[in-house]
Amino acid sequence: MRITCPYCGARSSHEFAYLGDAAPTRPDPADPEAPDAFNAYVYERDNVAGVMDELWYHSGGCRRWLTVTRDTRTHAITAVRFTTMRFTGTEAAE
Amino acid sequence: MSRYSVFSLIANALNGQKGWTPAWRDAVPKPSYDVIIVGGGGHGLATAYYLAKEHGIRNVAVLEKGHIGSGNAGRNTTIIRSNYLLPGNEPFYEWSMKLWEGLEQDLNYNAMVSQRGIINLYHSDGQRDAYARRGNAMRLAGADSELLDREQVKALCPFLDFDNSRFPIKGGLMQARAGTARHDAVVWGYARAADRLGVDIVQNCEVTGFIREGDAVVGVETNRGPIRAGKVGLAVAGSTSRLTKHLGLRLPIESHVLQAFVSEGLKPLVPGVITFGMGHFYVSQSDKGGLVFGGDIDGYNSYAQRGNLPVVEDVAEGGMALMPLIGRLRMLRSWGGLVDMSMDGSPIIDVGPLPGLFLNTAWNYGGFKATPASGWCFAWTIAKEEAHRFNAAFRLDRFRTGHVIDEKGVGAQPNLH
Ligand SMILES: Cc1cc2nc3c(=O)[nH]c(=O)nc-3n(C[C@H](O)[C@H](O)[C@H](O)COP(=O)(O)OP(=O)(O)OC[C@H]3O[C@@H](n4cnc5c(N)ncnc54)[C@H](O)[C@@H]3O)c2cc1C
Ligand SMILES: [Zn+2]
Repeated sequence: MRITCPYCGARSSHEFAYLGDAAPTRPDPADPEAPDAFNAYVYERDNVAGVMDELWYHSGGCRRWLTVTRDTRTHAITAVRFTTMRFTGTEAAE
Repeated sequence: MSRYSVFSLIANALNGQKGWTPAWRDAVPKPSYDVIIVGGGGHGLATAYYLAKEHGIRNVAVLEKGHIGSGNAGRNTTIIRSNYLLPGNEPFYEWSMKLWEGLEQDLNYNAMVSQRGIINLYHSDGQRDAYARRGNAMRLAGADSELLDREQVKALCPFLDFDNSRFPIKGGLMQARAGTARHDAVVWGYARAADRLGVDIVQNCEVTGFIREGDAVVGVETNRGPIRAGKVGLAVAGSTSRLTKHLGLRLPIESHVLQAFVSEGLKPLVPGVITFGMGHFYVSQSDKGGLVFGGDIDGYNSYAQRGNLPVVEDVAEGGMALMPLIGRLRMLRSWGGLVDMSMDGSPIIDVGPLPGLFLNTAWNYGGFKATPASGWCFAWTIAKEEAHRFNAAFRLDRFRTGHVIDEKGVGAQPNLH
């Protein structure tokens, strides 16, 4: 599996560290529902069988966080972009 | 279907092997069952067997989407052991070890259970102390353990690289009762024994959804039509989330790929199972002579049942560091399986979370050894609608309540377990 980093170009997946599904976002601790929301954020996953956005860190390259769109059934990657600051429920695009 | 014995062997030898019958019926699904088990891997088949044997519940079907044993049950590296540290885990795995020890007589099937021992190597004082603690924890749960020094390991495995300049081998934690078993035979043995007690084993029957009455699960939709059931137990390992999605459930599981490798055949070399303490590499030798080895999971979510080259390289490097002779061997094949990694690295065997539903999942990379106890405890949990004390800690809500069972202490990051 090769990941085309927007900065470094196509590199072996060996150069990257994997965090997982990009969907969970950190809840607001002040929210009255925060305990449930944190449980879902930390532990529960959709565990998608199909196309999913996920977070990879280019530790062996430019050291940027990347959002990679990949099919978990085939490993085919269709998009890679820089991940920027992530707020509750949003991801600012660069 | 007769019992296998020396007499049936002789009788069939004399009549040209014409007397053997299929080991289980190819059942056609009935419209309803008392209990449906989804997934014909080791765990599903063992559950059906113990439901019939221990609890007298015989109106049971095991539904398997392909052929039985086509999942991880037929893809693993066959290591059985009970060398866990934490109190939530160790009594369960030791119960499994005890069931392995009587399995072949119980099933009347040769599962090739071979207690050839496992040695977890240590390379530093700190690691030795951690293994001493683990060995004591094992003994407290009734398992066997022995802390070996360098000379004792050397006597058993002279071919290891003891003076590796980076990771010299200082000794190992040995469990002599651990070993290997023939994975396919375990599947076939449970299937045959369950079938003999009346369980229907239905192959090529994929569960595609659930029949609901209010909140309750009262049956399953399959490619061979709907089948109703008093209780439905899921034992589909890495495919669990794909099924629970139909129920609107999100579980603390990620599906990952784990690879394994087999070398060309050799004369007897590796006496038992050896695990490298510095880098993830483990090896044993099959009865056919091939070295069977593996390492870490690939580390990214995957349903592909095949892995990538970085892990092949990583495993090869681990092998070379541990036993340089492996560099002279040719690798025959490698493959991948779909493993159900959980957020704390430990399994789930629980009632619910919906009425009529029972969960058996989160086996990570180590559920083969658990097969007998998993089936035994899941059958108990389904029959009595409450956990046995051996699986009491394997609750689904342990994540919410903070009672995680994290052997490695790495937190909610499945690819680190
Ligand atoms: C490479 C590798 C090496 C391993 N080595 C070891 C080891 O040395 N020791 C150890 O203890 N463990 C090991 N494991 C882990 C172990 O194999 C698994 O944890 C264990 O087999 C899982 O339980 P199972 O046998 O019931 O799963 P599986 O055999 O995977 O059973 C699940 C079954 O469910 C079926 N299924 C899925 N979806 C559906 C559906 N919708 N409808 C009907 N049926 C369905 C599948 O086809 C499959 O047959 C290894 C795993 C791998 C991949
Ligand atoms: Zn980069």
